[in-house]
Amino acid sequence: MALLDIQNLVVEFQTASGPFRAVDGVSLHVDEREVLAIVGESGSGKSVSMLAVMGLLPWTATVTADRMNFNGRDLLKISPADRRKIIGKDVAMIFQEPIASLNPCFTVGFQIEEVLRFHMGMDKAQRRARAIELFKQVGIPDPADRLNSFPHQMSGGQCQRVMIAMAIACNPKLLIADEPTTALDVTIQKQILDLLVSLQAKYGMGLIMITHNMGVVAATADRVIVQYKGRKMEEADVLSLFESPKSNYTRALLSALPDNAVGDRLPTVTDMLFEAAPSGAGA
Amino acid sequence: MTKVVEGKNIKRDYHVGGGLFRGARTVHAVKGVSFSVEKGKTLAIVGESGCGKSTLARIITLIDPATSGELFIDGNKVDIARDGLSKEMRRKVQIVFQNPYGSLNPRQKIGDVLGEPLLINTDKPAEERRDLAMKMLKKVGLGPEHYNRYPHMFSGGQRQRIAIARALMLNPSLLVLDEPVSALDLSVQAQVLNLLADLQDEFQLTYVFISHDLSVVRYIADDVMVMYFGEAVEYGPRDEVFSDPKHAYTKTLFAATPRADVASIKARLAKKAA
Repeated sequence: MALLDIQNLVVEFQTASGPFRAVDGVSLHVDEREVLAIVGESGSGKSVSMLAVMGLLPWTATVTADRMNFNGRDLLKISPADRRKIIGKDVAMIFQEPIASLNPCFTVGFQIEEVLRFHMGMDKAQRRARAIELFKQVGIPDPADRLNSFPHQMSGGQCQRVMIAMAIACNPKLLIADEPTTALDVTIQKQILDLLVSLQAKYGMGLIMITHNMGVVAATADRVIVQYKGRKMEEADVLSLFESPKSNYTRALLSALPDNAVGDRLPTVTDMLFEAAPSGAGA
Repeated sequence: MTKVVEGKNIKRDYHVGGGLFRGARTVHAVKGVSFSVEKGKTLAIVGESGCGKSTLARIITLIDPATSGELFIDGNKVDIARDGLSKEMRRKVQIVFQNPYGSLNPRQKIGDVLGEPLLINTDKPAEERRDLAMKMLKKVGLGPEHYNRYPHMFSGGQRQRIAIARALMLNPSLLVLDEPVSALDLSVQAQVLNLLADLQDEFQLTYVFISHDLSVVRYIADDVMVMYFGEAVEYGPRDEVFSDPKHAYTKTLFAATPRADVASIKARLAKKAA
């Protein structure tokens, strides 16, 4: 059974100029031990659909779907109190800006231990021990000392490691990483991606990787969903997506990579935009 | 070939003032970098955050003076710490910044954005400034109807085009591009890179292109300089640097860049299955 199963998800925002449809009929599923990459440009609705799963959208958003199940539970009908028990425990999310997503007023140790207290009900000594263990796992040197640091005292890569430690603190079944490396340097990016993939394999988590970087997709994913303007353009396993992309949009996106440049000008996506009929291929 | 810009052993130190608990110290941001770029060529400077590449860009753009070393623009030695910056020099070197959302004044219409460099640095009358701005809008793929709009009415890619247009208003010989495409989506990135290539062909522009994205650098550069902690650890023609990196840091950098090609995916999947 799929860990996360979404059928025909629609997210609309109420704006001053009428409703705006950010996600338009997206279906997806993730199994245990699977890495799914959702790739798309800004405004393609890739983050919004995951925020809908987490229940983190503002009140202006309306979420409808034929089905939205996590681990056999219906996320559409769940009460906020029940949702809070799942979010952060069984489903955890890592955000793009590590420094901005940590609270600057508290030490990183306090912020990790808060998760453990709320979800796991550990006492003080257990929490501290677990936090040190987590810091070791994500590769932060001197874990016992670093727990007393504030976010501003750590680098971007280290803050992202703290975020990852916090996300895996309760052994989640599903980890959602929203552009986890966009704000980081390439050398740090590689370390973080390697860490995420190794943790995923070690704990058998499902991992959803939201990104706009084709290189990140190539380096991590098992299966890929390509999204454009709120619609799913293509879904394929990673090898066939790069080898023989089916939708025009994917093909355009791949040929716009400077890596694949032939000749002295790059083909641009807009050249092929209107040919790209949304493929309704469901899962 | 004529050298448009040449730097010899450029250094830049920043003095960080001491506080109550900390003494003053000196940060060596750029530690003696030499380079030269010929007319119509592109030099790419690569490195991670904090390696001094933006500091070097500010020195080349004549915003900050170098602490020591010599900078030549079009063969003339420039020292803005001693002589200040002449309008003549400002006309020769222009810069495009990374964030197109932050580098345009939100209360200035696009027409005024483009006219301002002419207003400050030349004595052209208003009508001529307007004509030149209109022409430049067309050059960068926008239209005359955009003349009276404000920056918030444009997308990121369009704003970056406006920033490039503004930099070109004075007909510079050297354009410094500080991460011009890193804030843009892949498809928009391709458009802006194409625009830069077109403009380079048309005006024989010289680019100093700062980036941390190796795939973009490989596409656009003639020469590549890799910086690491304020030093140029690798400097040479593009193909040489990419095919045969000498310094350990350059190798690390290349190894860390995720490759979006079928071969590397196959290798990864095989490794995973094993």
